[in-house]
Formats: sequence, C-alpha cells, structure tokens
Amino acid sequence: MRIDLNEIQHWIQQGSRILDLGCGDGTLLKFLIDTKQVQGYGLEIDAAQINACIDKGLNVIEQNLDSGLGNFADKSFDTVLMTQALQTLHFPHLVLDEMLRVGKECIVTFPNFGHWKARYYLATRGRMPVSDLLPYEWYNTPNIHFCTFNDFEVLCRERNIKVIHRQVVNEQSGQTLKDFMPNLFGETAIYHLSK
Amino acid sequence: MPNQLPADSVGLVTPQTHRFTAPLLLACGRTLDEYELVYETYGQLNAAKSNAVLICHALSGHHHAAGYHSMDDKRPGWWDAYIGPGKPIDTNKFFVVALNNIGGCHGSTGPRSINPATGKAWGADFPMIRVRDWVASQARLADVLGIDVWAAIIGGSLGGMQVMRWALDYPERIRHAVVIASALKLSAQNIAFNEAARKAIISDPNFCDGDYIAHNTLPKNGLAVARMIGHITYLSDFAMGEKFGRDLRSGSFELGTAEPVEFQIESYLRYQGDSFANTFDANSYIRITKALDYFDLAREYGDDPVNAFKQTNAKFLVISFSTDWRFAPERSREIVNALVGANRSVSYAEIESKHGHDAFLLPDERYQQVFGRYLAGVTI
Repeated sequence: MRIDLNEIQHWIQQGSRILDLGCGDGTLLKFLIDTKQVQGYGLEIDAAQINACIDKGLNVIEQNLDSGLGNFADKSFDTVLMTQALQTLHFPHLVLDEMLRVGKECIVTFPNFGHWKARYYLATRGRMPVSDLLPYEWYNTPNIHFCTFNDFEVLCRERNIKVIHRQVVNEQSGQTLKDFMPNLFGETAIYHLSK
Repeated sequence: MPNQLPADSVGLVTPQTHRFTAPLLLACGRTLDEYELVYETYGQLNAAKSNAVLICHALSGHHHAAGYHSMDDKRPGWWDAYIGPGKPIDTNKFFVVALNNIGGCHGSTGPRSINPATGKAWGADFPMIRVRDWVASQARLADVLGIDVWAAIIGGSLGGMQVMRWALDYPERIRHAVVIASALKLSAQNIAFNEAARKAIISDPNFCDGDYIAHNTLPKNGLAVARMIGHITYLSDFAMGEKFGRDLRSGSFELGTAEPVEFQIESYLRYQGDSFANTFDANSYIRITKALDYFDLAREYGDDPVNAFKQTNAKFLVISFSTDWRFAPERSREIVNALVGANRSVSYAEIESKHGHDAFLLPDERYQQVFGRYLAGVTI
C-alpha cells in the first residue's frame, strides 16, 4: 500500500463514517473497513477502478468530484478523505470547502511540487518536471493544479481551515531531511483538517 | 432460432402456473379472491434455498425472460442477454424466477382473464393495481417456491420500482436489490407521456369504455399509438438518428412524382405499434401505466426517501444510462443519495450508452461487467 495511505489510518476513528473522494481501486477503503470497521463510500469516475471496488464488495458511487458534493448533507461524514486527487481537480479550493462542509474532519494527501527534484529539473532543463511519481508530460497530465506544501499552508490560512495534523512522507530517499525542510525534501503531504 | 441452442442460453424452458386461492387485498381496497401467476425458472435452487433471484419486469415485460419456448422461436426471452450460464445473472450459480405480474396480459390473472364472480372476462372491471400489490403477490409466489429470502431481486424501469418496494415492505426477505434505470417516482413529464398514451387508447372507438372483449373488438389503433408514444421516449435522439436518419422507405422528394414520402422511422414506429397492439391488452396498459404514475416510494415517509430507505436492510446496486431521458441518471442519483443518507450500502454506475431507456435491455460491455461483478460478490 502507498505510504500515505498507511499513515492515514492513525487519524481515523474506529467505526466512523467515511467518504473517500477519488477512491481508486478501493485499497484504502477496504483497509479501513478491515482494520477500523468504518462504514464508507468511495466516489470514483474511472470505470475500471469502479469495477475493482465492486470486486472488493465496497460501496462505490460513480460521481465526478468537479461537479461538487452538493448531494451530501452537512457534517454527514466523520471524515472525508482525498488521497492524491487534489491536483487533478478543476477547482481544488472549492472541493476543499465542500469536503469541510460534508465532513466533520478531512484528510488530504498530495504530491509536493516544491520537492528539490522538481525544482532541479525545472532549473537545469527549463522544462516541466517528469519523474517516477509524476510520470506525465505537461500536455497529457491529469495533474492540472500543482502546489507546494507552502502553497497549501497559505490556502488553509486564507480559508480559515484548521490544520489538526500535518505529516510529510517519503517513499524513497530523504527520510531525515524531509523533517527539517519539508517543502524542499518532502514528497507527499498528508493534512488532517477541520473548519 | 438457430438449429442449435447457444451455449450460454438457459435452453428450452416451459412456463408454469400457480393458482392462489387465498384472497389478495389490493391497495385500491378491492380484493382478488383468487388469481394465477405464470412464471419461469432458470437454474437450480440449492439445498439451503439461498441462491434465489427474482426478476421484476417492466411495462411490456413478462415471465419469459430467458431461453426459448421451442426450437421455432425467432427470439429468446426479453432479458436473455443478462440471464444464463456465465452471464451477469449466472444460472450456474443462481436459481432465477421470472413471473408475469397480475393485471398483465401474458398468462397471469389480468383484465382478459375470466372473473369467477361473473363468468365473463374482467375487462374494464379489473381492479387498479399498485406496485405494492405486485410485490405482495410475488411474496406469495416466493412462499410457494419455499424461498424465505431472495439472494437478490432485480428489475429495470418499473421493475426497479418493484425492487425498491420489496426492500421496504419485506426487508428481511431480500439481501441484494439491483435497481436499473428506475426512479423514486415519476416526473410530471413522465406522467404526461403515460396520459397521452392512455388518451390514445380510450379515444379509440373500439375501446368501448374498456369492455371491448364483450363487444368482440379490440382498440388496436389506440394501443398502437400508445406504444408509438412510449417507444419514442425509450430511444434517444442520437440512436434514432443513427439508425434511421431521414432515410426513406418509399417515395421520393422529386417534383412531379405522385408517390408519397414515407420515412424509415415512420414505418418502424408503425410496425412497433401494430405488433404491440396485437399482443398486448389495452386495459393492462392502462393499469400498468397508472401503477407507474402512482408509485412514490417516499410518500408515506413524509416525502423523505431517506426515511423510507431506513426501513430497508438490503444492499443496493443502482445503474443508469447516460442518454436515458425517460428515467434519467438524475433519478437514479436521487435513489443513491437517499440510500447514502439512510446509511445503507449502495454502489452506483452510470453507463455511457447511446440507446436511451432501452439500454437496460441491450448488451453493453460495461453494463455487463458492473452487473456481473456485483452479482459475483453475492454470497449464496
């Protein structure tokens, strides 16, 4: 399982009600059901991923996050999750507002575009970074709204979003450096938020 | 029908009939003292009787959902694409029951049946039927077959309404509910189409206030127009354009020709209407469309479908089709939202299709995948 998914479980209450936005093949939702006995729904638009969720016996609902969460009532979930999908949305800030309306708490993970490799790539080659984690060209990438950790912190301040926890995880190198200079050495951010 | 049955067909099937002698109190307040249900079964009921699946049919459906009645049949049952060995409703796993609802005209007690009290056909006097009456009669059929709990109940369109009613009225007797191209209630536009169809029927001089059988006639023209109206709404603009366009069946636009122009779509609709009018009963059509109009799952729950679904225990699969404007995806999303609000298990897929409402009957790769994978996960 992806390292950010593994960390998320610590912030999920036993038996809580979960909404997972862009749930992919349902790995995280299944894990949380098995380990935390959560009651959960996943939202997804990709047909193959929806099939994978159905194979796992999960509740998966076909829904485009860019059309909002207007069909879910205020505070109707304990936690609304969104892992590695923020950067693919047309209006990430509005979806974030919606997540905080629908959920008592939110957990968001996203890749750090301020990581030194991305900066080095851009600085030395003068071209948009392509890496193992983000293996797309600028024109075909689903990731259309990149941000750095610092950008996200500013967004939270501007929108009066309370950061309950913040954590930086690295899949590979820079395990020590990331704690000192997360915006330069952190690969993936995990934010635990409330309003 | 080819000389050989396809390998994934349930094969040759024979309808069965059961006569019920305990009176059935209907929602309209009247009672059917006795009635018959005609049904077919596919696959084997297991020893634990835990693998039974009920198919609820839509407006023009019936008990012949899969397989062939004889080697001379031109076509198999109406949902053969989805019922059979290895198909989404896999008859290697499930024992499938498909019936004809009361009030219909394919063998179960309906307006063309003999009213035992008078010795004559019921005709216009046949009671008005609601979806809950069908479900109550289906529950009695389950009793006869020894099925306490259905592994799944499945239906499209009006059939989906029966599935939801089952989940509410018999929450302990249904484990999985598959609701396809359906709605919590009809919209005003939808009722309007039904009323136009009914008006076509009762305006036919041969309708005779519904007692056409006593008058030895049939309101075929009215019924054909009713079907034409319905059929237009089951297709999408795109599918109709792609299939027929402005192609001519006969005639020409050239000046000086006496031949009148007939578009392919006109000929097609007329054929659909006429063949339907030859096999369907006008009083049944009126009753079944009225049942559609009356259905409103949340009416008795303060008009709140969330409250309604709190009565249910089943797990739901809801499916809609992108170009279906008679039972639009939005209507299915209302079902899904209410189930989520009621904290019930639900999965939802919106299938990209160009076939409008008819898509729920037609083969489609993604539809078959979602449907089949979901049912593969149903324990028996």
